[in-house]
Amino acid sequence: MRALAGGAAALFFATPAMAASGEAVNPWVAVAYLVAGVLFILALRGLSSPETSRAGNRYGMVGMLIAVVTTLLTHDYATLPEIAVAMAIGGSIGFVIARRIPMTDMPQLVAGFHSLVGMAAVLVAAAAYLNPGAFGILGADGDILKVSRVEMGLGIAIGAITFSGSVIAFLKLNGNMSGAPILLPLRHVINLGTLAAILGLTAYFTIDQSPWVFWTITALAFAIGFLLIIPIGGADMPVVVSMLNSYSGWAAAAMGFTLGNTAMIITGALVGSSGAILSYIMCKAMNRSFISVIAGGFGADSGPAEGAEKIDRPWKRGSAEDAAYMMKQAEKVIIIPGYGMAVAQAQHALREMADMLKEEGVDVKYAIHPVAGRMPGHMNVLLAEANVPYDEVFELEDINSEFAQADVAFVIGANDVVNPAAKTDKGSPIYGMPVFDVDKAKQIFFIKRSMGGVGYAGVDNEVFYMDQTMMLLSDAKKMCEDIVKAF
Amino acid sequence: MDFISILSIFVLACFVGYYVVWSVTPALHTPLMAVTNAISSVIIVGALIAAAAGAQADGGQTAKWLGLVGVVLASVNIFGGFAVTERMLAMYKKKERK
Repeated sequence: MRALAGGAAALFFATPAMAASGEAVNPWVAVAYLVAGVLFILALRGLSSPETSRAGNRYGMVGMLIAVVTTLLTHDYATLPEIAVAMAIGGSIGFVIARRIPMTDMPQLVAGFHSLVGMAAVLVAAAAYLNPGAFGILGADGDILKVSRVEMGLGIAIGAITFSGSVIAFLKLNGNMSGAPILLPLRHVINLGTLAAILGLTAYFTIDQSPWVFWTITALAFAIGFLLIIPIGGADMPVVVSMLNSYSGWAAAAMGFTLGNTAMIITGALVGSSGAILSYIMCKAMNRSFISVIAGGFGADSGPAEGAEKIDRPWKRGSAEDAAYMMKQAEKVIIIPGYGMAVAQAQHALREMADMLKEEGVDVKYAIHPVAGRMPGHMNVLLAEANVPYDEVFELEDINSEFAQADVAFVIGANDVVNPAAKTDKGSPIYGMPVFDVDKAKQIFFIKRSMGGVGYAGVDNEVFYMDQTMMLLSDAKKMCEDIVKAF
Repeated sequence: MDFISILSIFVLACFVGYYVVWSVTPALHTPLMAVTNAISSVIIVGALIAAAAGAQADGGQTAKWLGLVGVVLASVNIFGGFAVTERMLAMYKKKERK
């Protein structure tokens, strides 16, 4: 495939330069963009397994190189130095961030990157509006083509929503802003009204291309992105991040329509579907509808009074020594990591603990819930970072039947995903959510910082009070280290 | 290209995206988001066009600067997105068989 891409690029370079106008119709230009689009498809295809994934990523890079080089070659060279400087600045910033960022901060990094795509889309749409000639979207009458106006209106609106929404998601994930939902009165009315205004103005834009219409759409879109995300709580962030991922794709596709560029359209469609599918998977794993997540407010009304009363129930406290002793005797241990593991940065200590167990001949497996953490696949990356082989890590449906044979279920920083109320209590806010059957394991160790706090959903967990449960009240990282010492 | 051809490509690409993304293993969902992030920065093409056009029209000068800022933002994403994906994927290792 790479050879084919190289060949196409070589042929393309061999054709006489058709610089300057950008309007020049050279079939090789279209082919080059198409090849870039196909390489992007292969980049995602590579992710079907960890073995092929790195080759996939390289295809993506080659595709991007082809798209950029093709664009530069087919346009005016006059501003090339400035463009080179701009790329060098952006590229080095991106590269340094990518090298330095700790793996636990991946959700906010992705949210931050989404905001940049959104802003770039806004800038491109604005540039196209200001200089339509350069984008080849001027009609015979000297006005911008009507179709292009709709595409531009949608492009800038989706881009602006992606930008402001991602900024809020970033601030929430990064802890600069409370993860608690912020609920404005009448927010549904305000949001729906703003959305309707954006669509209405985009339609009106086809009749009247005056600047106020364009900039009002932009301003309203920035506002709605902000309003949409502030009422959504921290644990719903996996859905939000996936949704914004999807939006960044649709924004690119809208601009691709304006430019008639296949690479952008293919990419936009890929990224758009990718984000949409991830949102769907996340919603399903929480048994919530997409609408209810977007409407927000989940986790806002946890009743502290109710929680205080329940804490009086009897529960057993275990020590690191107890855990070390019991797990050494066990044949099979299943570890369930959650967001608490990420917060405590406990993945390395946890892997050390698992290594000790494996030396004792214990069968150790990891079980990961689709919504564990703050973005899809968050736990998998952290475990991979701690050198846990990926073939010891299992998805919910692949491992859930094994709890009945497990001697120990080791819950570290997870809560709602092991709550049996999701299976039994119809009144529970998490009823219907698929959960791990930890209650079937012979012994449960539950690492938690204190008995006071409840899970994100604000519901008590029956597992705390079961006969076979021992609560290990401590910081997750410290507890794992203590267990290793106690071996 | 006329609108219908573009629309056809778009609709077919949505289907391709649908099937390709379902085949991605859940363990790689975070790298998937990082790499989709990087490739959606192909929007840099639009920014390059604006930046390269320069001051040929009335709004050209402003458009050029908007384009250049767009190039900076998209470049952060392209380099950052691919580099961080590469870094993550390098960590996924198989069990060492003894």
